[in-house]
Amino acid sequence: MHSQTLKNNHKKTAVRNGILIISCLILLILSSLVSINTGYSKLSFADTLRILVGKGSAHENLILFSFRFPRIVLSMLVGSGLAVSGCLLQGITKNPLADPGLLGINSGAGLAVTVFVLFRGGSTSLSILTLPVVALTGASASAAIVYFLSYKKEEGFAPVRMIMTGIAIQAGLSALTTLMVLKLDDTQYGFVTSWQVGSIWGANREFVISLFPWLCVLLPLAFSRARTLDVMGLGEEAAGGLGIAVNKERKRILFIAVALAGSCVSISGNISFVGLMAPHLTRRLAGPRHSIVLPVCALMGAILVLTADTIARVVIQPSSLPAGVVVSVIGAPYFIFLLAKKEKNTR
Amino acid sequence: MINYNHKSTLNNHTRSIPALLVMGTICFLVILCLSLINGAADIPFSTVIDAFCAFDKNNPHHLMVIDLRLPRTLISALVGAALSVAGAIMQGTTRNPMADSGIMGINAGAGFAIAICFAFFPGITYGGLVLSAFLGAATGALLISGVSFSQIGGTTPMRMVLAGAAVSSLLAALSQGIALSFEVGVDVLFWTVGGVANVTWPQFYLLAPVISIALIAAILLSPSISILNMGYDIAKGLGLNTTLIQLQCMVVVLTLAGVSVSAVGSVSFVGLIIPHFARFLIGVDYRKIIPASGVLGALLLMLADLCARTITPPFEVPLGVITSLIGVPFFLYLSRKTRRGF
Repeated sequence: MHSQTLKNNHKKTAVRNGILIISCLILLILSSLVSINTGYSKLSFADTLRILVGKGSAHENLILFSFRFPRIVLSMLVGSGLAVSGCLLQGITKNPLADPGLLGINSGAGLAVTVFVLFRGGSTSLSILTLPVVALTGASASAAIVYFLSYKKEEGFAPVRMIMTGIAIQAGLSALTTLMVLKLDDTQYGFVTSWQVGSIWGANREFVISLFPWLCVLLPLAFSRARTLDVMGLGEEAAGGLGIAVNKERKRILFIAVALAGSCVSISGNISFVGLMAPHLTRRLAGPRHSIVLPVCALMGAILVLTADTIARVVIQPSSLPAGVVVSVIGAPYFIFLLAKKEKNTR
Repeated sequence: MINYNHKSTLNNHTRSIPALLVMGTICFLVILCLSLINGAADIPFSTVIDAFCAFDKNNPHHLMVIDLRLPRTLISALVGAALSVAGAIMQGTTRNPMADSGIMGINAGAGFAIAICFAFFPGITYGGLVLSAFLGAATGALLISGVSFSQIGGTTPMRMVLAGAAVSSLLAALSQGIALSFEVGVDVLFWTVGGVANVTWPQFYLLAPVISIALIAAILLSPSISILNMGYDIAKGLGLNTTLIQLQCMVVVLTLAGVSVSAVGSVSFVGLIIPHFARFLIGVDYRKIIPASGVLGALLLMLADLCARTITPPFEVPLGVITSLIGVPFFLYLSRKTRRGF
């Protein structure tokens, strides 16, 4: 009898999760359709279909395949990577406010990219492929610094201290970045600043190609940690008792999160708050289990960044607003809302 | 119990304000001499003396001393004093050891206003720029205090810092967006890191009276801040009009920080470090902390500016970078330290 209800419950959750994933997918497809149709030169749905079938003019082909598609794919990739990274960070630090942008990972990557641009010059195809590696190095370095500084032997990770450390490291790193930026020439300066605001700059196929393999490896790796994350959510001691090498796993997951954030940020530029918002929205819809949270979170992040990028293209028509700015404008109030809510719960 | 502790700390610190002022003046003169002598071109001490006693219009060294180095050194002293006193008042009234104009979004607010000015009013005068930076600073500060006091029962230091970070990143994103869309990014960048390099006498005459008046107001308010620092309930019980005092403090802080930031760009962490240092030197009484912070802040920023000019001449390291590099380790230390009663 009991196992019967359990089975039923399982079935129910499975159905619910299925519905959730499918509706997210539909939403994603819808938003990419909208995204295709907005922009400097208009393409209607019928036009899009016609071009897809292969009957578009050279000009239309150029717009769709060289500008719109790469940009859309890139936004989705970046969004999902950052969202999953945020979700992992929130899981291992048990900190609802964790986000790769707030923990100094973005600024670490930013400093590394700036230094790289300073010494290697503009955007050749070689630098596009090496950029993720460079950004990753910077991101890992700053994450390591934040990790060690916010760890206290007696207390472990206090969530708030981790964020405070992140904010401080971020301030220091951006000071250094400013110092570097001043030494750049005009083209380099333009490159770095548009990178810093997260404009998903110059999205073309090369960027997609350079980011795609990273996510192909890292996202499945992240998904494979779902159970560990669930168990770690029970607390360090309980997780240890259940046979999880807590410290080792935490470092491993942290590395995955940093790698995800670093590689995404290297391409998209500094986009904050996605890693904060997406997991929260997802948990609200999908409950606490990471096996469902992580994939839905990836979809949610993709929808968020794609929508932000679409909005960014609409708001100021000819010169498009950077997506990072749009995300921050939505994300910062959300962060403040969470801050207010969290305080209420603890009181 | 608390009162007893206060007393003993006060008695332990025998250094008094007059002694500090004398020391401060001596240090001030020494650093002033150093900053007049050193820089992209070194000028011998005798020439500096000559520039003061027998000013010669045709001597480039005299011009450099009087028209370039003297105003910028004096402005960095004023701004240092202003930022530190603003930080001290904020720390005192909010009982928040992490308070600083950079962390609390005042810099970001001013930066946002400056970006708007460059984008929409390209021909704005210096006075207009200062005024709008002040308004921007006020907006940023109001946003943050609104957010962090939105809950009944006040706020915690951590929460204010987090709210500050969130609002700062919002405002920074907005100003970067504006800067990019209107192609004024370079102007905004140069303003942000500008430091005191371009300050000349007219600007000094504009800023000095405002900052001086606000500093005097801060010293007049300092006894009330000491009482306020004991906690709102005690302060109310002692007959203090807490709302009025807080409002006055807010105006003083906004004036000091807003005007400073508008003049020298984004300089963080001075207002964080100096009041702690002052507290360490002379105890917990804000009647002493506020003037001491002023003196120490002036010295620190003069030194920072001296470093900024002399590390890699003729290239200048931005002032904000130097203060951040000093301030970040200090902030980390503060956030790691187990919190004591503040």
